[in-house]
Amino acid sequence: MVRTQTLQDLFKRYRRPGDLLVAALSLAFALFLAVNLPGQTTWVARVQLFAQPAFWPTVAVAAMVLFSALHLIGALVSERIPGRWAEVGECLKAVEYVVWFMVYVLLVPWLGYLPSTIAFTLLLTYRLGYRGMRWSLAALALAVGVVVVFKSGLQVRIPSGALYELLPTGPLRTFVMTYL
Amino acid sequence: METFLSGLAILSTWEVLVALLIGSIGGVIIGAIPGVGPAVAIAILLPATFSFEPIVGLTMLLGIYGSSMYGGSLPAILINTPGTAVNALTTYDGYPMTQRGEALRALGLAYGASFVSGALSILALILLSPLLAKIAPLFGSREIFLAALLGIVLVVLAHRGQTFAAGALAAFGIFIGTVGLEPVRYTQRFTFGLDFLSSGFDLIVVVLGLFALSQAFLLLSQPDHAPDGQRIEGNMFAAMLRVFRHKRIASAGAGTGVIMGMIPGVGEFTAQFLSYTYAQKTSRTPEAFGKGSEEGLVASESANNAVPAAAMIPLLALGIPGEALTAMMLSVFYVHNVVPGPALFRDSLDFIYALFAAMLLLNVIVVVFVGFSSNLLMRAIRIPTRFLGMAILTLSFVGVYSLRNSVSDCLIAAGFGLLGLVLKRQNLPVVPIILGMVLGGIMEVKLRSAMARVQTPLDFVDRPIAAGLALAIVLLIGFHIWGVIRERRNTSPESSHDHDRHDTQQG
Repeated sequence: MVRTQTLQDLFKRYRRPGDLLVAALSLAFALFLAVNLPGQTTWVARVQLFAQPAFWPTVAVAAMVLFSALHLIGALVSERIPGRWAEVGECLKAVEYVVWFMVYVLLVPWLGYLPSTIAFTLLLTYRLGYRGMRWSLAALALAVGVVVVFKSGLQVRIPSGALYELLPTGPLRTFVMTYL
Repeated sequence: METFLSGLAILSTWEVLVALLIGSIGGVIIGAIPGVGPAVAIAILLPATFSFEPIVGLTMLLGIYGSSMYGGSLPAILINTPGTAVNALTTYDGYPMTQRGEALRALGLAYGASFVSGALSILALILLSPLLAKIAPLFGSREIFLAALLGIVLVVLAHRGQTFAAGALAAFGIFIGTVGLEPVRYTQRFTFGLDFLSSGFDLIVVVLGLFALSQAFLLLSQPDHAPDGQRIEGNMFAAMLRVFRHKRIASAGAGTGVIMGMIPGVGEFTAQFLSYTYAQKTSRTPEAFGKGSEEGLVASESANNAVPAAAMIPLLALGIPGEALTAMMLSVFYVHNVVPGPALFRDSLDFIYALFAAMLLLNVIVVVFVGFSSNLLMRAIRIPTRFLGMAILTLSFVGVYSLRNSVSDCLIAAGFGLLGLVLKRQNLPVVPIILGMVLGGIMEVKLRSAMARVQTPLDFVDRPIAAGLALAIVLLIGFHIWGVIRERRNTSPESSHDHDRHDTQQG
């Protein structure tokens, strides 16, 4: 009994709401990888252990299982702070912005970098609750600034939009396709 | 001396100087905005710097890295919100000084201490470089493997109270570094038959997700925060000179920062903590610490600003990044086929001197800039955090998409962004993932080549440096376990669990 208490004391730690869930998911993921080790890695005949392609993933996954299990034990024996599902809700809120980001990513090759960025910043600014001319101008300035610095100035590799192809052939089209 | 002059010649091209100017001033501004931080900025700018010469790209990133802590002290002192995570300790004494109406003095001391320690640390490293050039070649495969292992052990143990989580995250980092085609036999590892996983996870994509996108998601999903700060009146340069009343504390802080910065995986937090503890223990007024002590402020600011230069040492000499920001810089080296390690120190000492001189110059640029611009920087602090989140999201797109124009990369980055968000909300560290990913790759290669030449495990540590590193690893783990057991026996669990007091996120 005393030993059990000592063990509990050793593993107790400060927890945030949702800690148990994160610890359990971490272990589940590590176990999933461990189960898949034989199918997802290769052991080659007549090759030294350290040179085996499967050796290093095995070390990493074994360490993940061990540390995740210990982390979960820590979560189980520590004092719980309520609010697990509220925490999950907070994290899920961010999924909306993942969608915004991915839509932006998918729009750029079609609309072009400048129009997509302007649309993205203006719409997201509005969605975030910033209303009025001042915020719209700030969003517009941000969009133009980012495109001018990165695409026009630093020439980062972002393809020109399919929409630009509709412009009449000439210097304007070349300029738009190269710099915007 | 000749090599040093040759290094200065590398530095004196206009491209390098412009990059340094942009990086230095940009770093101060980025550091001053709570919620951005150097990690986010460097992650976003990394792909853009790939088109530059290595020295140009690196000086820009170094500028951001080295100057962000100057900027970070501004909101820490004026509004009790650290601009970067490493300025958290600055709030302890800086903000109470502001409340007493001594904002100018507090800022002057912070800037002055940062400058003195920054300059001292770089001078120490310039003097130390010839010695490092001699020691670095003594590191063979096994020594580099053990140094990288030491880095992983240190980064895990540094997260006291979250050691198991940090261990799991470091192992996760090592794991994601192995995904894709194995480099020697080209067998698939954990690709699950998906084509886009065959080339593995790109470090930049993971970094952008974990640092930039996660921060954007965090800011976007939280209520707005746009604090007001007071105007600064008076002569900032005169206020900076007050640091010379605390020469002992400033030089001790710089020394601590240099030593801690050179040890992989330790970094600013430990340096600040040790410097602050030393200053408090040797002070005539220890009771004033945490209530607006000039010594406390100097101790924390001098320690954190000495780390960036020192952190470049394991990176340049051994190719081992000590923390997330140097791990990001390692990718710039790789992209330009400049391989940091013993050979670089032996063959390109002038390049290394150029980097050190750039760091020295950036401190001068920054101190002049902050001397005139504190009130201007206050405007940056007032940007609402959700709008800032939107800006980071927009900029992150450039970073991820410009790498390979790949939608898969963006999706992976978004996934890591969500993971980073969960970790940040749980106050779990992100840095072990990055270090695991980078150091894991180094360890796999070095272990493989080292084991080809040894017969027994004891052969592995039969050279003095290897033996020293192995002993250090064993002792560190032993002392850590012993320390935890002793701490738990002596204190009640409730009193030792408030890990929120020192946020572990590197921002």
